Amino acid sequence: AALKDRLRSQVSAALKEGRVTPTELCQRCLALIKSTKFLNAYITVAEETALKQAEESEERYKRGQPLGILDGIPIAVKDNFNTAGIETTCASNMLKGYISPYNATVVQKLLDQGAVLLGKTNLDEFAMGSGSTDGVFGPVRNPWSYSKQYKEKSVPKSHSEDEESNWVITGGSSGGSAAAVSSFTCFAALGSDTGGSTRNPAAHCGVVGLKPTYGLISRHGLIPLVNSMDVPGILTRCVDDAAVLLGSLAGHDPKDSTTIQDDFKPFELPNLTDVSKLSIGIPKEYHVPGLSSEILAIWSKAAELFKNAGAKVVEVSLPHTRYSIVCYHVLCTAEVASNMARFDGLEYGHRSDMKDSTESMYAATRREGFNDVVRGRILSGNYFLLKQNYENYFVKAQKVRRLIANDFVKVFRSGVDILLTPTTLSDAAPYMEFIQEDNRTRSAQDDILTQAANMAGLPAINVPTALSERGLPVGLQFIGRSFQEKQLLTVAKWFEKQVQFPVIQLEEVKRHDSGVFQHQKSASFS
Amino acid sequence: MAAMAAMAARGCGGVWRRARQRGAGRPAPGPEPGPFPRGQRAVACNAKGGAVPAGKSGLAPWIPVVGLEIHAQISSNSKLFSGSQVQFAAPPNSLVSFFDASLPGTLPVLNRRCVEAAVMTGLALNCSINKKSLFDRKHYFYADLPAGYQITQQRVPIAVNGSLSYSLCIDNKMSQMVTKTVRIKQIQLEQDSGKSLHDDTRSQTLVDLNRAGVGLMEVVMEPDMCCGEEAAAAVRELQLILQTLGSSQAVMAEGQLRVDANVSVHHPGEPYGVRTEVKNINSIRFLAKAVDYEIQRQIEELENGGTILNETRAFDSKLGCTVPMRDKEGKQDYRFMPEPNLPPLILYDAKSLPANMNHQQVINIDWIHERLPDLPSVKREKLVEQYGILPEHSFTLLNEDGLAEFFESVVKQTQMKPKKVIGWILNDLLSYLKQHSLTVKESPVSSSLLADLLNLLEKKEISSTAAKRVMAIKTGNRKVLNKLIGLVQRKTQGRSNPVLVKQLLEKKLSE
Repeated sequence: AALKDRLRSQVSAALKEGRVTPTELCQRCLALIKSTKFLNAYITVAEETALKQAEESEERYKRGQPLGILDGIPIAVKDNFNTAGIETTCASNMLKGYISPYNATVVQKLLDQGAVLLGKTNLDEFAMGSGSTDGVFGPVRNPWSYSKQYKEKSVPKSHSEDEESNWVITGGSSGGSAAAVSSFTCFAALGSDTGGSTRNPAAHCGVVGLKPTYGLISRHGLIPLVNSMDVPGILTRCVDDAAVLLGSLAGHDPKDSTTIQDDFKPFELPNLTDVSKLSIGIPKEYHVPGLSSEILAIWSKAAELFKNAGAKVVEVSLPHTRYSIVCYHVLCTAEVASNMARFDGLEYGHRSDMKDSTESMYAATRREGFNDVVRGRILSGNYFLLKQNYENYFVKAQKVRRLIANDFVKVFRSGVDILLTPTTLSDAAPYMEFIQEDNRTRSAQDDILTQAANMAGLPAINVPTALSERGLPVGLQFIGRSFQEKQLLTVAKWFEKQVQFPVIQLEEVKRHDSGVFQHQKSASFS
Repeated sequence: MAAMAAMAARGCGGVWRRARQRGAGRPAPGPEPGPFPRGQRAVACNAKGGAVPAGKSGLAPWIPVVGLEIHAQISSNSKLFSGSQVQFAAPPNSLVSFFDASLPGTLPVLNRRCVEAAVMTGLALNCSINKKSLFDRKHYFYADLPAGYQITQQRVPIAVNGSLSYSLCIDNKMSQMVTKTVRIKQIQLEQDSGKSLHDDTRSQTLVDLNRAGVGLMEVVMEPDMCCGEEAAAAVRELQLILQTLGSSQAVMAEGQLRVDANVSVHHPGEPYGVRTEVKNINSIRFLAKAVDYEIQRQIEELENGGTILNETRAFDSKLGCTVPMRDKEGKQDYRFMPEPNLPPLILYDAKSLPANMNHQQVINIDWIHERLPDLPSVKREKLVEQYGILPEHSFTLLNEDGLAEFFESVVKQTQMKPKKVIGWILNDLLSYLKQHSLTVKESPVSSSLLADLLNLLEKKEISSTAAKRVMAIKTGNRKVLNKLIGLVQRKTQGRSNPVLVKQLLEKKLSE
């Protein structure tokens, strides 16, 4: 068994057959986390509890009573999910050192099924960003920056400058989770997705990133960004594994009133052989200014692929998509202003020493606790919620949101099964380039292709598709009908099989992994 | 009830004139809270519309306008959105869930019982129940509001457009009662806040979150009242209704019923004046006083050429006046926003109820309607009809918990006519109980004992004087025992042994 193995088909079998023990698996992951520390993917590594969980799992395997496919599987969780006994920081000074007394429902579900929680992954402060560069613990580095593929293709300006200035961002805000999965330090990770925060870093890190339908997975214990759009995201190395995680997390939660009432039936994905009955929609509005020609070409090729396999590929229109970002800006900041009001230094988190008055203590606490991005969003959100502005901004944005959602309804009603779009405008930017623009501008650009699915609450998935000319991952996005995850993932799995996305080649992994390093062919695709 | 309905038609003129002199309104020491809270001020409301003694002649009369916002704590085991217990006077911060303390990532889960209580209350107040209502966030920073916002129902509340009928007596005469109606604008569900305790000597604030998140019904009454007495009578009737329904215990002393009064005055034919809000009044007696004081203050202020500020004021019960509140919030913009974590609250009726819906998951308005208990007004009507007692007596009977039941129980066990029984209960028993600060439920004279006594009286076996003395002793007045011994001595013409008589009487009385 190897760290880069697939969870469903390979690792779980190895565990069952005793070819590897949960403790060995955990130890190898922990060792790899250490040697890839420079990626800054983890904020907290819960070594002790992880080893204890692995031990308990091992006992279950010995008794022949594993809890299921996730038993003994090392996973990582974005640091905006509450974990009892393990720090939950949101990469903010406000929550540095905060230890939650409870587990988020998704975390509890993973633990209940025997998963081993390795640690908490890095992000933009309170998940506000698209680079994983704006957290108090520093930026996350994309593992592909250190891959053989990237090193071979990127032209170093000078040798010493190479690694320090050429490394690329992971995307965000779940960049730590994407990097953790991509660098094989865990088999799956939880992210969160409000405007693309799972799919965007998944695309840049070459992993699968699933944003499920709003309401399918509990948000209880996820520290909110925008309650009406947040969903826990799933990051894995293949579509099958995403289905495994989905099955273990989805369903009604009495602690989250916005979850579906029905129970969710976990499913295994069929191997689709015939796509001729499928209708794939290509939304023309996703051909936006700024979309790199490289990505456009990959997108077109993917459409061709479906067409050649017999699927119906049609151009469709989602006319209100272009208002999505500005509309999102209003709704997001308004909810942020509201959600962040609880951080006043009284009950938990950072408290300023300022003692002049309660009000001055609040002000100082919040100034010290939040970064510029968070403070900026709070200010604009409060502006939009003022009595004199509410109708002109918030109510209008809600109406536009409805129009955006209706666009999707119409397209799906016209017979289209799945929409195919790019996930990002280009491959990952070098950090030095990325930080030239401010967070707001970057978010507006980077969320442009992913954000509408959140507005409409639809399931969407990034599937790693090809490597760019620079040797960096490029992903495409599939958007499905509400609660039709099975159909969405089935199509994604078929596509995944066609494109044969290459495995990342990392020195660190080679050293740690006992498995044979397979040099898969670099995609015939790009 | 015909007589009362006729009186209701007379209505309240609600015209006030300036009181004779400044400060005339200093309140007299408060009376015991009687069946009808009475304004004690010189310019107390005149329900029959008579003018207050005129002030400087030639001044146009004033019309006071009073509206109320009443917060009633819902009687429920757990809070509105969390599983924490609801309990008065528990150790500080012992009833606080993660949600109540607004720990990040926690979400509200609506308590079904609270919704049912609000529906019951809405129905009892003749409201239309909204089949779909919404929750909103109201933002402000305060130490006892951990989330920085309160979840309330600002846009679409659970119940709207109701009315409440209440009665009050004219000139403090129980025999002259009028019935009035105040419109209910809406009832909304919302969270209570915690409590802040300011320790000025150590300049610190202590926060107790036990109350944070307890369910409240905010009942908004339209400005249909014109004086403290009306406001007090309306709140008293609401209190009785809530207690009858069990939707709130409505004990004002425990903060389960809190009243904010909006008060303004204007001249006839002119638009309403600028209003002030007197906040957090926690007794019915103080409500009457606060409103009347505020009306008088505004009139004096305006007549002296001043202006009324749109401000919040507090009632100082010791000084008997309202004072501006140190405005903790300044000019507030609450930045209302829909609560995204709660789906719309959907209620059903028999028609709209989905066939295959789990009954645990839905609330059926009709089902609740059918099971509403008799409201106080209906109970009174029934008492008047069934026993032929006076309407005002029916009010007194319902004014104390258990009194009507006590009356009915006595009536059942005695041959005495109910009309006579009521006199014994309201005049004699109640005053004895009052002397010893006892409630009817604590009465040492049980309903059957009183019935026995009244039967003896009916059969002329004892005199009414003797009956009164027995009652007095029974309720704890031992001095009367001697009088009773004297009575026996007289009857036996001095031939009985006083010691033995005393022993026998004591034995009898303790039975």
